[in-house]
Amino acid sequence: MRESRESILRRLRANRPQAAAAPPVYRHSTGWNRERRIGEFTERMQAVRGEVHRLGRGQWVDWINREMPTRGLHRALVGSSAIGRRFAAGAAKEIELNRYDRTIESWKAQLFHDIDFGITGSLAGLAESGSLVLWPDAEEPRLLSLVPPLHIVLLEAERLFENFAQLIDVQRWTDGMPTNALLISGPSKTADIEQTLAYGIHGPKALITLILE
Amino acid sequence: MNQTAAFHRRIDEALRNDQLRQNFRSALSGIQSRREAQFPDDAQLQALREQSRQVRANALIKQPELLEQLEEKLLANGIRVHWAETPEQANATIHGLLKAAHARLVVKGKSMVSEETGLNHYLEQRGIEVVESDLGEFIIQLAGEAPSHIVAPAIHKNRREVAELLHKHYPEIPYTEDIDQLTQSARQILREKFAQADAGISGVNFMVAETGTLCLVENEGNGRLSTTTPRLHIAITGIEKVVEKLSDVPPLLEILTKSATGQAITTYFNMISRPRQPDELDGPEAVHLVLLDNGRSRIRVDEELLDTLRCIRCGSCINYCPVYVQLGGHAYGTVYPGPIGIALEPQRIGLDQVGSLTSACTLCGACGQVCPVEIPLPRLINRLRAEAVDARRTTSSLIGRGSLRKPNEAGLWKLWRLLYSHPRLYRLFSFAATRLRRLTPRRLGGWTDYRSAPMPARQSLRELAREEGFPHA
Repeated sequence: MRESRESILRRLRANRPQAAAAPPVYRHSTGWNRERRIGEFTERMQAVRGEVHRLGRGQWVDWINREMPTRGLHRALVGSSAIGRRFAAGAAKEIELNRYDRTIESWKAQLFHDIDFGITGSLAGLAESGSLVLWPDAEEPRLLSLVPPLHIVLLEAERLFENFAQLIDVQRWTDGMPTNALLISGPSKTADIEQTLAYGIHGPKALITLILE
Repeated sequence: MNQTAAFHRRIDEALRNDQLRQNFRSALSGIQSRREAQFPDDAQLQALREQSRQVRANALIKQPELLEQLEEKLLANGIRVHWAETPEQANATIHGLLKAAHARLVVKGKSMVSEETGLNHYLEQRGIEVVESDLGEFIIQLAGEAPSHIVAPAIHKNRREVAELLHKHYPEIPYTEDIDQLTQSARQILREKFAQADAGISGVNFMVAETGTLCLVENEGNGRLSTTTPRLHIAITGIEKVVEKLSDVPPLLEILTKSATGQAITTYFNMISRPRQPDELDGPEAVHLVLLDNGRSRIRVDEELLDTLRCIRCGSCINYCPVYVQLGGHAYGTVYPGPIGIALEPQRIGLDQVGSLTSACTLCGACGQVCPVEIPLPRLINRLRAEAVDARRTTSSLIGRGSLRKPNEAGLWKLWRLLYSHPRLYRLFSFAATRLRRLTPRRLGGWTDYRSAPMPARQSLRELAREEGFPHA
């Protein structure tokens, strides 16, 4: 292994292609105001069958309580984050509340089979590509946004950025990357059969963004 | 059978299969229009291409330093790095890691580099069950085939063929040709595998040296599941995939997804920087990166051919290739088909092994026009063609240079050069060719396999011009 490393690096060092100019920093600003960013985000998300709703800050628990049972979805999964605690405190009696509060190995089968929807927050949204940005952590683990068939994401309207380049720059991501960072732009999909789009292959079949204002 | 004859036989087989050609034609026409819809403003597209080219070129120039920086950052983050010069070394490394972890079932995300190394076969021979989880890869794994396209591996199959395949392997699932239902069936089958897998193997789209981050681009979520659910994650990729800075990623991501599938962005962009931390509840406890050379460092030696390594594997050169659309991917007989395959594979494997691929190109230039990182594919292919028949004995980084040179062909071109550089000889030749035109052979090698032999006119153009009274004729 050591030898492979040394000989690969030796071959690479032995040849130095002509230096080119350093790449310019990729940055283009659209100058979109908040309303425009919300509009663009919504349009992009809906184009890939993502559902988007605008709610007042205090309304989301009630919205989920009201909406999920009408769709026949009762088994909720939340983390131990502030969002999870808040939903746990206000969940309706028709909702079966599950908490992601132990390591995955101890309840993998249950996570894969007995959950209807997961609820998470988001670090940011990207208007240009219609993306949600998540930094999963101990309080909102990685599989919470991936395994349940429906993923509900809360996005605070003021956290809607223009694009990925702007976000990395403004939030200074290079200072420290998390274990896992994600851009999520719609429900899981595939076009592997005849290039025909089909939704809900491995990840969530549906994605609901609740924009909080 | 020599490589050229074998290639021609595969071409014949592909051209005789009308179903196959129909499948490719209908799938590829849609991809082209979706890509074009993503780039309504040509000036913006060209600016993005130029920037993406510079990001990749810069990374290749600084490659040894960036790989060391990447390794250092990854190690600091808790990700182990393994270097492999050959496919065999990469496979043995991965097998060793799986064995140490007592892994019996492995779920895989899509990885063309693992196709290069023949990883699945290697592991299966050693008693490890490997399940491809990308829908297209899953389909061709069931069929026992190789990918026919680097982005859409099962593009050569239509829905009926997929339905029959699934029914054959999973007779308990009711037969259907409905694409949504087929997709749901695959979901159910593969969910169980994700839940049970001991390890996940994935490829990598970009590696960021600055932060020690592995980036994966995907739509299905199988990449996320493969890299999150099992206790062990092993990523494998080529040494050229490194980029310098995190800020290099947004332009590459944008142009990759728009070029590859005509999407503004894929559903998931997954950035992995470390294994599960002590307080975290999921994610793999160990993450390994296997860096494969397999000829890449040799390609980098040549200032012109180096451009090949800029490739970000979007597949748009393939989607626009008029030869690929007729042949499909399997006819090429290599891991990478289409224009990028023609440019890359002879460099990787040798002109003496697959140099005849360079003939499967009309030099129409479409691939060079759509390449998101401006790889001059037609020029590279032309260069390789010339190298394949080059008689010079100077040193070259290419394996098998001159191996396709044929004495008869070389002699004919020498004669042609002689005639065309000596006016008197040329006139004598054209006089003889027009007067003795009835003696033109009816069979002229491969040309007359599909066409009638050309016959010279009664008089040369020069003679006709003189009769018309053109000056200087």
